[in-house]
Amino acid sequence: MAETLAIALRNAEAQNVRQIHRLTMAIGAASGVVPDALQFAFDVATQGTIAENAELAIETIPVTCQCPQCQTQFSPPDWIYECPTCQTLVSQTLTGREIQLKSLEVS
Amino acid sequence: MCGTCGCVNENGVTILTPDHTHRHDPQQDHGHRHDHKHRHDHGHHQHPKHSHSHRHHHGQNGNHSPNPSRTLDLTQSVLAKNDRLAERNRGYFLAKNLLVLNVISSPGSGKTTLLQATAQNVGLPCGVVVGDLETDNDAQRFRAGGIPSIQITTGTLCHLEADMVLTAAQHLDLEAIQLLIIENVGNLVCPAAYDLGETLRVVLLSTTEGEDKPLKYPTLFKSADVVLLTKLDIGEAVGFDQATALANVQAINPTATIFPVSAKTGVGMGEWYAYLQSQRVGIGDLA
Repeated sequence: MAETLAIALRNAEAQNVRQIHRLTMAIGAASGVVPDALQFAFDVATQGTIAENAELAIETIPVTCQCPQCQTQFSPPDWIYECPTCQTLVSQTLTGREIQLKSLEVS
Repeated sequence: MCGTCGCVNENGVTILTPDHTHRHDPQQDHGHRHDHKHRHDHGHHQHPKHSHSHRHHHGQNGNHSPNPSRTLDLTQSVLAKNDRLAERNRGYFLAKNLLVLNVISSPGSGKTTLLQATAQNVGLPCGVVVGDLETDNDAQRFRAGGIPSIQITTGTLCHLEADMVLTAAQHLDLEAIQLLIIENVGNLVCPAAYDLGETLRVVLLSTTEGEDKPLKYPTLFKSADVVLLTKLDIGEAVGFDQATALANVQAINPTATIFPVSAKTGVGMGEWYAYLQSQRVGIGDLA
């Protein structure tokens, strides 16, 4: 969270921003990030900064995989990434591991 | 503060060498290795989507509200900085012909015992970087066995990051070793998100933890190159079902290489050492 805020503040400073009102993050469903923990950390980390009292908006990016055997693209329903076409177990993900800072609403 | 759980790096990170203590305060600029300001500049230039609004001029004309709300589109990875440093580590370690392991497990899964046995018997000269919240007990255990080791105490931070590992590793004589073992902080959540520049990520699952650990902590187990089933010697006493555990690891991570081992009795350890030796040969070939 400290790194997220540092990126936000750095960009805000470069744009002569006075206040950050909303910070939007995109979090992959398989990133390991717990949104509640992120929210808690955000409230603590923003104290005394221009992002104090800002809203944290979290967009979830679903997991998608591509089967290396039959090339089917699919969104697994749980943590076992089994191809729905040929039942191959897949390791690699196309999306779902992101931890991104997407945008800031500022004035 | 950790990108995953929100734990705080408030006391700074300390690297404990046998001779002296080295404070590693990320807020302080101390030398070329940690020039954070430098990297921040790069971050600014790398993002062409960066908005360059100039609405404040309108505000000065008095035609609009002096503080109109606007959106800055950033879309950048929060862990980009650590990922860049990890790639730098990877190149550095490769140049030193090192096989580097990032070893992750729960507290008490037998990491230090397993790694002591590995360092002493693998047949490759070895150095160890150990991460813990407090104390250099583990580094002392390695040194007592004649294995060069450096302790990183992270205070309240729950994982190691790429820059700490490089600083600590440079206290070891890297020319004299072929295998660098990084023993991460005991934690199955946050270390998963932090690349250290390792060659192989090794995740331990001890028989006392239960067969379903991979299903409970899928993010970490999915990121493993190697899974070691440890404390096999007491598996029977605790009712460990090895077939189920193996099936769970394979369901979550079908490409992981798995070794069931006991550091205490030596069961399975020969296969683990042979595997490490084969992996090191590949790196030596690049030189």
